[in-house]
Amino acid sequence: MTNPNPTRPAPRSPIRNIGFGELYHYRLPLAGIVSILHRVSGLLMFLLLPVLLWLFDLSLSSERSFDRLVELSQGWVTRIVLLGLGWALLHHLCAGVRFLLLDLHLGTERLAAYRSSLAVFAVSVPLTLVLALFVFGVL
Amino acid sequence: MSIGSRRVLVGAHYGLRDWLIQRVTAVVMIVFIAMVVWSLAMAGALDYDSWSRVFAPVPMKLATVIAVLALCYHAWIGVRDIWMDYVKPAGLRLALHVGAILWLLYCLAWSVQILWSV
Repeated sequence: MTNPNPTRPAPRSPIRNIGFGELYHYRLPLAGIVSILHRVSGLLMFLLLPVLLWLFDLSLSSERSFDRLVELSQGWVTRIVLLGLGWALLHHLCAGVRFLLLDLHLGTERLAAYRSSLAVFAVSVPLTLVLALFVFGVL
Repeated sequence: MSIGSRRVLVGAHYGLRDWLIQRVTAVVMIVFIAMVVWSLAMAGALDYDSWSRVFAPVPMKLATVIAVLALCYHAWIGVRDIWMDYVKPAGLRLALHVGAILWLLYCLAWSVQILWSV
């Protein structure tokens, strides 16, 4: 179809959701990566909530169950779950603080928003690495 | 409800309330996490005695229940948004909504049981 009025832009295609096949080529800005990981980490914590409560139960029930938790925390599955939960909490917390500040209209300029999304990773990733060293018994 | 030209045509008007509650509960949890980190830093070496002493006083148990309540409400709004965004069939979405609520209530009740067993 040719554009009937060349001085005006062609009519836009109707709005529709992005397809799964298009996601791979879609260039998501850093703030968008922070945002989708906020969602992913939130869902991960929601699903692992009973595991967290189980560990909390072990830690508080008795001295024996506490020792059992210490023993369990040497296992690879527990280590990976703990690290996953730790990353999820750290990312969700840092990104959440950023969203709270944006809601207060702080840092809504393009450059400031880019820098704050960079700051989310600059805080959450090193802290997750420190947690990894702790969980895997290096520290 | 006013009828005529002032009649409200759209919306159930719970969006702003839920948006605000999600932010308030977030701040409640941040304060609680800071409290726990502070008590642990004061407790020194982490063993069963120092850890269980953090949750022994009744005010701390109550604060923890409030934090878990905040978590459940916060997670409900977040998970509900996820189901609403990605799950289109009404029956499946309803089942996931009900499942999420039961899941969170189960965790809330369990956390109370854990706290009062110390």
